[in-house]
Amino acid sequence: MASKVIMPKLSPTMEEGQIARWLKKEGDKVSMGEPLAEIDTDKATMEMQALSNGVLRKILINEGQSAPLGQLIAVIGEPDEDISSVLNEAPAKETPAKAATPPDAPAPAPAPPSSTQPAAVDANGHARQAPAQSESGRMIVSPLAARMAAEAGLDLRTLHGSGPGGRIIKRDIEAALSETKPVASFPRAVEPLHFQPSVVASASPYRDEPASEIRRTIARRLVTSIGPVPHFFLTSEIEMDRAVEMRRGINALDPDLKISINDIIIKVVASALIQHPAVNASFQDKFIRYYEHADVGVAVAIEDGLITPVIRSADQKSLSQIAGEVRELAERARSRKLKPDEYTGATFSVSNLGMFGIDEFTAVINPPEGGILAIGAVTPKPVVRDNEIVIRQIMRVTMSCDHRVIDGATGAKFLQTVKKILENPLYLVV
Amino acid sequence: MPTITIREALNQAIREELARDERVFLMGEEVAAYDGAYKVTKGLLNEFGPKRVIDTPITELGFAGLGVGAAMAGLRPIVEFMTFNFSILATDQIINSAAKMLYMSGGQYNIPIVFRGPGGSAFQVSSQHSQALESWYAYFPGLKVVMPSTPADAKGLLKSAIRDDDPVIFIEQERMYGNKGEVPDDPDFTIPLGVADVKREGTDVTIVARSLMVPVALKAADKLQEQGVSCEVIDPRTVRPLDIDTIIESVKKTNRVVLAEESHPICGVNAEISAEIMERAFDHLDAPVKRVSGEDVPMPYAKNLENLAIPDVERVIAAVREVAYLD
Repeated sequence: MASKVIMPKLSPTMEEGQIARWLKKEGDKVSMGEPLAEIDTDKATMEMQALSNGVLRKILINEGQSAPLGQLIAVIGEPDEDISSVLNEAPAKETPAKAATPPDAPAPAPAPPSSTQPAAVDANGHARQAPAQSESGRMIVSPLAARMAAEAGLDLRTLHGSGPGGRIIKRDIEAALSETKPVASFPRAVEPLHFQPSVVASASPYRDEPASEIRRTIARRLVTSIGPVPHFFLTSEIEMDRAVEMRRGINALDPDLKISINDIIIKVVASALIQHPAVNASFQDKFIRYYEHADVGVAVAIEDGLITPVIRSADQKSLSQIAGEVRELAERARSRKLKPDEYTGATFSVSNLGMFGIDEFTAVINPPEGGILAIGAVTPKPVVRDNEIVIRQIMRVTMSCDHRVIDGATGAKFLQTVKKILENPLYLVV
Repeated sequence: MPTITIREALNQAIREELARDERVFLMGEEVAAYDGAYKVTKGLLNEFGPKRVIDTPITELGFAGLGVGAAMAGLRPIVEFMTFNFSILATDQIINSAAKMLYMSGGQYNIPIVFRGPGGSAFQVSSQHSQALESWYAYFPGLKVVMPSTPADAKGLLKSAIRDDDPVIFIEQERMYGNKGEVPDDPDFTIPLGVADVKREGTDVTIVARSLMVPVALKAADKLQEQGVSCEVIDPRTVRPLDIDTIIESVKKTNRVVLAEESHPICGVNAEISAEIMERAFDHLDAPVKRVSGEDVPMPYAKNLENLAIPDVERVIAAVREVAYLD
């Protein structure tokens, strides 16, 4: 029987792969386990193995072209077998083989599971196979392997199945169990730091609570509306006079401290996160993860992109510690010397475009974080206070919230706290 | 222990039971004067006389019914079908009378009868005379179905069948009458019905095989051992009642199963065993249960096609390697 070769998941974060090289030509004999192609993932070039025996009958994605996970990229079958029915399941000509260049190539959004939705039917009245997502999304595990993994507390998603069609089988579990290592800790940079090293070095501990049905329904409904992370935005105007004054005062005490407004914002956001645990959280489908510390990601522009180094447990650090860390991390970010654990695993992020004169903008959430705060420039503006027009240092911030975990009121209360502390920074010490 | 053929073992069993219990008698086509079409009943007429060993006309439905009546009247008939292909004519008596009498008489009439004879694939006798019918009989409550694969099992199981108070279908494999093996000569040696036998112990894959497929499975297991695969071979010996517990225990150990049978795959005994394994040992399976069955075609007459229609050692090996993810 003809078997489908689909774009496999070769790295944990891979969403599509590009065929670097086919190692077999159409008509070549292939056997299970034999290398079939080299695939460029987001991380590296990986070898893809054949998962069935036969002849490579058809190559659908040529070298240099990309395909999303689960998409049919080739067919293996008997030499004289009719493979047209398998080929018919491939998506229409334009969609599959998009040249790798345009970064905006939209991966089709996964269709929401819906029992009421009628099956897609093509012009000839034939039921069409759902897009490849369902195939890539479905994990194939032998019943024994599933039970063994459950008993060992092993996440099946981290395993590579060696059985037919990528089925995870007993030997894969045994192999995984034999190489399970203790959880990697997060080593700090070894070079001496010119600020006081913090006592808290590693990622925030957390607790997981089952996501309630309503929470999951909200999540399911909202992603059908806008993308997999349903954003909504809350904007607030913050009077920064006292924060500006505080910064000036601190830096006057010790010019080496070089505290920036952004450092103060990080500190305030961290404090507010601890006061609003519902915001310092992440939606994980079946449960919601609440972090105990505020690990704040700080967006830093680098030459051809941006990266968000993380200030671990910013809630427990002093302004000078935060300022020192941000400076040091940003510097290494620009010279591309950050280690992965220094730019991953934030619980919330801050993005500041004030230095570019931007008054107000919206930022895109960095999943699986629950939100991000977009900071505009601090500018003197006429405002009404006690029925009089006065000039105040005004900053507009916009919070993007993942609606699956944060509701409007939850986000608004958090923002209220941010505003309250920034307008009265003395709260930081009380 | 003496080494004898399955044919001789069956002959011993019948002789011993005829001698042991005078209610036991034997009837069928050619069983007396001709010593049986397959010589299973050799010498019995001489020894026990024409009242106990009776040649019948070619009337399967008639003498099967006669047997059921005799059993109701307190005798313990052994009815030989020249082959089980001819039992098809007698199915009304077997299924509607023998199997249901105890139930329909409200427990008043036990039917202690054995219907026995050769079954399964024979050598080049074509479609009507070369077929495995065990799944037919195993389907009906009220019948027991026994299929031995060794001389010792043949003797011990046939003696138990004759002593059993219920109707037993006892299918001897037509190709295996000449197979030899050691058999205890103790006249009280019996093997209980409904108990499987582990013919070979192993750890990687369980092969369930009965009748003709047992030697095939054992040969496959030998070859697989050389390839580093350890097979456990289980012979249920009785298809109904089926000793599913022994099979399930083995599956829990090996996590992989191949079911071999010479009968057709559709609604076959292995389909039933497969379902039982799925229901009882789902969480222990590392691979789908794999059946190796006879082809789903009438048995061909041509020798080359006949060979292709019956599972062989190579097909069993391929199935084992498949469930062990070796290919």
